[in-house]
Amino acid sequence: MLSKRIIPCLDVRNGRVVKGIKFQGLSDVADPAELAAYYSDCGADELVFYDITASAEGRRLFADVLRKTASHVFIPLTVGGGIHTLDDFDFALKCGADKVSVNSGAIRDPSLIGQAARRYGNQCVVLSVDVKRVNGAFRVFAKGGREDAGLNAISWISRCVADGAGEVVVNSIDTDGVRQGFDLEMLQAVCSAVSVPVVASGGAGCTEDFVKLFQAVPGVDAGLAASVFHFGTVRLTELKAEMKKAGIPARI
Amino acid sequence: MVAIVDYGVGNLFSLLSSLAVLGVEAELTSDAARLSAADRIILPGVGAFADAAQKLRTSGLAETVCELAGKGKPLLGICLGMQLLFERSYEYGEHPGLGLLQGSVKPLSDLVGAARKVPHMGWNSLEFRKNSALFRNIQDGDQVYFVHSYYAADCDESVSAVAEYGAKFTAAVERENVFGCQFHPEKSGKTGLAVLRAFCEVQP
Repeated sequence: MLSKRIIPCLDVRNGRVVKGIKFQGLSDVADPAELAAYYSDCGADELVFYDITASAEGRRLFADVLRKTASHVFIPLTVGGGIHTLDDFDFALKCGADKVSVNSGAIRDPSLIGQAARRYGNQCVVLSVDVKRVNGAFRVFAKGGREDAGLNAISWISRCVADGAGEVVVNSIDTDGVRQGFDLEMLQAVCSAVSVPVVASGGAGCTEDFVKLFQAVPGVDAGLAASVFHFGTVRLTELKAEMKKAGIPARI
Repeated sequence: MVAIVDYGVGNLFSLLSSLAVLGVEAELTSDAARLSAADRIILPGVGAFADAAQKLRTSGLAETVCELAGKGKPLLGICLGMQLLFERSYEYGEHPGLGLLQGSVKPLSDLVGAARKVPHMGWNSLEFRKNSALFRNIQDGDQVYFVHSYYAADCDESVSAVAEYGAKFTAAVERENVFGCQFHPEKSGKTGLAVLRAFCEVQP
């Protein structure tokens, strides 16, 4: 039986992990490679790296960090942030990414997903989308959630999947950072619209939120979070045990 | 030395890193003499069957790999590389494979039904069907990482493990010195590394 995946997300700026992280047994908690190896050993099913660096210098550092991480972590690795062209896909894959996640780049150039899927295969093209309710409708937001992209989220996601996106990460702006649980209503709406894997993001505050997510929206394949893992609020081993106890298929 | 068949498909970063961490000398090559000199061969692969099969044939690598496998050199096909070991595939038409194993590659959606998402992507448990040399370092039920939309059918004689996704499908195969994994050992954490290590310990 296919396990529900748990995915820690690392925000990397200038080659370092951004959020303050407190872990015992790690000599350098801001080193992405060391942290990635730690998560991998604790039972993470996959890892996401977001490059939140704009400068060319940052890019180079990110490439080094990615290569170093990818050569020591033997679970799937997705890279996102600043992916706007096929060359960006190529760069990430050559540095050891297994999947590449595209967000604003697809909004700016809607042909990008189709081109990337044809060249690299659907399985390595991930659509990441920031969604917020506006007057009761799900709308796509661009530029890190600051700007209404003028798109209906469900139609946008359906279109990108038809073009070749092999997986969708749904970040709910409404629940992100609130730590009151995932956006179950939004995720249900997306799962009803597409037949590729859906990754839930935004809102995890405790272990129980992941259990509720998989119970309430069986179509969701994975739960992604950053700070609850970084701050140790949710421990991967405990989370997996709770999932198993609740009858949710998990990899332990 | 392990030779990885280089025929211009897929991302081999993880496979090379995995072998490096296991301390196994590996070489990416399309040279028949290097393949012949290797102790064992890995046939990787991501992408479409027809394209990969054609590249293998036009480069002459198909013939080399079959000849070496026929002489008893251990061969491991990974993902599409496993599917290529069979007689044919029905991925967008009908295309001949290497024919080292009996069986055909068919769309997973025909087997698992419309209710399941395809590709089958993620971690799933192995259910052993044979006492395979590849599994000597892992346990029945261990989970490995899959990403695929097709599966090997009609290959009962070689199936060494299955996994369950709406129906049981071929997860690994073995016949004498020819091995295959539908999953990606290079992406399957410690379990995957243990499978690769076991392959590297198979004696020609």
